[in-house]
Amino acid sequence: MAKVNLNRVSMPRQDPKTRARNFNEVALGYSLEQAQEEASRCIQCPKHACVEGCPVEVDINGFIKAIGDGDMPEAVRILKSKNSLPGICGRVCPQETQCESTCSLVKKGAPIAIGRLERFVTDWEQANKSTELPTVQTTPTGKRVAVVGSGPAGLTAAADLAKFGHSVTLFEALHVAGGVLMYGIPEFRLPKEIVQGEVEYVTSLGVDLQLDSVVGKITTVDELLENGYQAVFLGTGAGLPIFLNIPGENLNGIYSASEFLTRVNLMKAYLFPEYDTPVKVGKRVAVIGGGNVAMDSARCTLRLGAEEVYIVYRRSEAEMPARREEVENAKEEGIEFKLLTNPKRFIGNEQNWVVGMECYEMELGEPDDSGRRRPVVKEGSAFIIDVDVVIVALGTTPNPLIASTTKGLETTRQGTLVMGEEATGKTVKPQVWAGGDVITGAATVISAMGAGKRAAADIDAYLRG
Amino acid sequence: MYKILVKEDLVPNIHLFKIEAPNVAKKAQAGQFVVIRIDERGERIPLTVADWDEKEGSVTIVVMEVGTTTCRLALLQAGDYIADFVGPLGLPTHIDNFGTVVCVAGGVGVAPIMTIARAVRREGNRVISILGARNKDLVFWEDELRSVSDQLIVTTDDGSYGRKGVVTEPLKELLESGGKVDRVIAIGPSIMMKYCSLTTRPFGVKTIVSLNPIMVDGTGMCGCCRVSVNGVTRFVCVDGPDFDGHQVDWDLLFARQCIYLDEEKSSLEQW
Repeated sequence: MAKVNLNRVSMPRQDPKTRARNFNEVALGYSLEQAQEEASRCIQCPKHACVEGCPVEVDINGFIKAIGDGDMPEAVRILKSKNSLPGICGRVCPQETQCESTCSLVKKGAPIAIGRLERFVTDWEQANKSTELPTVQTTPTGKRVAVVGSGPAGLTAAADLAKFGHSVTLFEALHVAGGVLMYGIPEFRLPKEIVQGEVEYVTSLGVDLQLDSVVGKITTVDELLENGYQAVFLGTGAGLPIFLNIPGENLNGIYSASEFLTRVNLMKAYLFPEYDTPVKVGKRVAVIGGGNVAMDSARCTLRLGAEEVYIVYRRSEAEMPARREEVENAKEEGIEFKLLTNPKRFIGNEQNWVVGMECYEMELGEPDDSGRRRPVVKEGSAFIIDVDVVIVALGTTPNPLIASTTKGLETTRQGTLVMGEEATGKTVKPQVWAGGDVITGAATVISAMGAGKRAAADIDAYLRG
Repeated sequence: MYKILVKEDLVPNIHLFKIEAPNVAKKAQAGQFVVIRIDERGERIPLTVADWDEKEGSVTIVVMEVGTTTCRLALLQAGDYIADFVGPLGLPTHIDNFGTVVCVAGGVGVAPIMTIARAVRREGNRVISILGARNKDLVFWEDELRSVSDQLIVTTDDGSYGRKGVVTEPLKELLESGGKVDRVIAIGPSIMMKYCSLTTRPFGVKTIVSLNPIMVDGTGMCGCCRVSVNGVTRFVCVDGPDFDGHQVDWDLLFARQCIYLDEEKSSLEQW
């Protein structure tokens, strides 16, 4: 047996200094040679443990083998038969805690770079459009399903339902499909062209995409069910920003991360005035929070010309919910981490602009409900950070619009929908399924996709009686 | 894409657009707004609906030229298309039989107040409307507003038409005259709505205003439009746009409306 190769092929990336000033993608992708070299490391173990680590059960060893064999169309076919959004997953899935964490080589410290290979396959497909996609050979069932929200959960559910032969209408509130993939995740981490490529794939399956359609306003879930839809899937995400609720939070220059990122990503404020939507960046920016959204926000402000950018987080680095890779990227680019620091109030000038932020130093006490050590204020530690823009990235909760306009749906105290059956995505209301952040609160793209997939399968079973 | 069915220049810098949007027309109610975007490079801006016609499948907006989007919109004609037209958003105005309602409209606020005056009158209220404009050339929909009011008072700042002065003067007189006023609904520039609220406060007459902060998505997603009402932060896009004028922190609203003044100016110049 050939010796196991433990040298993961590294991913070429833009130099930190250069990339910190542009919006081009940070990770540049494998070449065919690099991809094949990495694919050749896969020992094709009989366990296929990697597949168990994938929420949408991609035949990982299968597509890796196809890359090794140089049969790229086959790799595309295998990947897309389970995953309708592989270009997105290859970029933003936390593979280190999913497929790569169950890879047989993980014990030897060098799991196969599955995410990078997945991305390579989709980049290859984009560049070689002639490939025949997995054709949908299904007889139309004549059943109609409404999918509300075109983020990762909704796109996945819509694609699978269309593949099952159902007639699917996909409602999106914004002017473009993709949800958080468009308004939240920045261009340099997930190019919008990639997202739109995958949206086009979903509509090519026959999904009828209705943009500018705020369900709860233009129509309601109950009306959809009365007007010929036999099932509704809610993938409306967690779109309501959480604020700190401390004095001065409504000062000019203080953004929710949702607003800041929407302006930059969805409205392309980084191209102002060519695009009409402006954004304020300031010279000294504080981003409050320790998740991926905080890292994205901080890295955007740097690219927009901010001079000093701080991540302000009340716990220590070990408790940060952001992906390790994103924290490293942010540090490399020059973002300063102010850990164990918690804002107390914002200070404004006479024009109502934020000029400072009074903070406490924190120390870690006993573990709390989340299992992380609870941060406690260090007495007498108050100090002021000078800032001119603040971005609050503390997380989001579901928008109450759908729940408040639909008879028979119930919400938890956190605003998420109450489930009737967790595994299948059934809500407590008949004919209504849900999945993604609207159930879990802010989580990952792939977990939302997994939920969309499971719900689509259950809806299909229901519709076929 | 949404087709412009009718364009009408009401006064030199205020234009009416009737937009083909059958689904929005089916659901629109007085006091709600839409978010529009002209094209791929455009900004999303909120505009209060000025009318709708379910049969025709159209929604009417009335737009004053103030920034890049509204100036670009002013160049479009019937038959042209705009990229996005989202709505109806926000909560409708609370309509009930209050008794006597004074509807105060300033500038382009005449358009949304029309639908509200019509709705409150239908509920059996006595409606007194006050229409204020800077000068005679900027007065529009006078006859239309009169047709849904029991009494109409027109004011112009320079006295070139109607009564000389600002809308708060006849408003104060109505309140002082001892005639019962049960509710005031004021729509117009923020400064006008603030002063209407200050005028009615000593009389304890509930005063509803329709706030117009900067918005992005208009669905509660971003918090750009946050205001402070009775000391509590609210999002105008989902909790409003109507609020009790006596409880609004007006200075905060004014300050937040100025966040992008420099950019708005440079964008307009560039364009």
